[in-house]
Amino acid sequence: MAIFNYLKSLSLHELFKGMSVTWRYLFRPKITVQYPEEKTPMSPRFRGHHALRRYSDGEERCIACKLCEAVCPALAITIEAEPRDDGSRRTTRYDVDLYKCIFCGFCEEACPVDAIVETRKFEYHGAVKGDLLLTKDKLLAIGDELEPQIAADRAQDAPYR
Amino acid sequence: MKISMPFKPIGIIAGLLFFLLAGVILVLWQLPIITIPLLVITVAGLLLGVAYLTYAERKIIGYIQVRIGPNRVGPRGWLQPIADAVKLMFKEIIFPSTANRFLFVAAPALTMAPALAAWAVIPFDDKWVFADINAGLLYILAMTSMGVYGVILAGWASNSKYAFLGAMRSAAQIVAYEIAMGFALVGVLMAAGSLNLSDIVNAQRGDYGFLNWYWLPLLPLFLIYFISGLAETNRAPFDVAEGESEIVAGFHVEYSGMLFAVFFLAEYLNMILIAALTALLFLGGWLSPFQGTMLETAFAWVPGIAWFLMKTSIFLFLFLWLRATFPRYRYDQIMRLGWKVFIPLTIVWILVLGILILVELPPWFSTAGV
Repeated sequence: MAIFNYLKSLSLHELFKGMSVTWRYLFRPKITVQYPEEKTPMSPRFRGHHALRRYSDGEERCIACKLCEAVCPALAITIEAEPRDDGSRRTTRYDVDLYKCIFCGFCEEACPVDAIVETRKFEYHGAVKGDLLLTKDKLLAIGDELEPQIAADRAQDAPYR
Repeated sequence: MKISMPFKPIGIIAGLLFFLLAGVILVLWQLPIITIPLLVITVAGLLLGVAYLTYAERKIIGYIQVRIGPNRVGPRGWLQPIADAVKLMFKEIIFPSTANRFLFVAAPALTMAPALAAWAVIPFDDKWVFADINAGLLYILAMTSMGVYGVILAGWASNSKYAFLGAMRSAAQIVAYEIAMGFALVGVLMAAGSLNLSDIVNAQRGDYGFLNWYWLPLLPLFLIYFISGLAETNRAPFDVAEGESEIVAGFHVEYSGMLFAVFFLAEYLNMILIAALTALLFLGGWLSPFQGTMLETAFAWVPGIAWFLMKTSIFLFLFLWLRATFPRYRYDQIMRLGWKVFIPLTIVWILVLGILILVELPPWFSTAGV
């Protein structure tokens, strides 16, 4: 048996087997996605850039319950709150530090009023230091910009929540 | 321990430069005028070949891995190697503070020079050879062995543990495989009865086309020669000298910019050299594969150099194919393969070959036909 194995290894049988596999793969259709021109499909649950949403009458949803701040494992969220003139509780400061954020989506899950969300937006960059420290204004602006998409995604995912 | 005495290499550099210049002038004086443009064309062709070998490598390995490889620079990525070269030229060369500067700079040149010099005796076609010397094969062996000095010096001069380990591995590996390679070449020169590469090719001429070439009677030596060639050039699956997953990049970890590029060039030049040598020694160099058959006249229009380049590219493709297929050998397995498998095998086959030549086995060794 040993001599048989020895002769078999001399015939390079297994090397040729391996090479035949790679030879076949050489002609397989390629799976590369040419990124800027082509994109892979994206789930409605995609967790990208953050946004703060408003109700349809323009009132901001966030009630400063600070659940997101408490649940955030990366301590990326900082909230300060005060009663507004009309007596309702609102935030005076809502910062998301994207340098710390790990995009786990816990803030969105914790939110009782669907105010803080993670959107499908993922192609962004910070050109200047501080660009990735999101303030309340920036978050609300992105929410306003992407509201149709955000609402559609939440509606699509609603049966599974 | 700190190396306190600064090394002053000015005298040595000046001396070396003087001898280099004197040598170049002497050689050019001797050469016929027509040779100089041919030299330039050959060197330029080789460097271009290296550039596009890197492109071919990235494309072919990409395709085997179901990717498409570089395709952004120029149409289909054709300018990628140019972009790489430009990038490397503009990069800063960083000298490690404890490196031996002179040897650090000399090492890449020492790997590159023999890799280029070996091409002097390669016949591209009948009579198309710069130096038609009778010790051609010996010269090739000497030149390819010189390359390892550059690797060892690079590893030592970097004063870095990974570089040193890579150099040690490379030295042991090249010594081990040089012997098997030498024995494989002994087989070839027994069969051809000459060390002159043109004579070796001409000895493979015959009436049975590609069956007359030495790959058939010398099949084990042919395989061992090519595999040893892989090990000699530190290519996958014998790339433990680089071993990026184990020792970062081996002997050239500390190199950057153009110094790194020179190592890279030398490695690829050696690949092309091994491929060309395998084509010359075992696949009949510039000979047409249809020689002596009825297809010979139909393919008579193909120049010999085209056959030679075609055969060389087959082996170059094999280099890349093997790299894409096999995982890196463990170090002790490489040593086992070199010392305990290849050397005994080559010795046995040299004995067999001796018997074949004694009985004048046709069509390869019959003296009657010649």
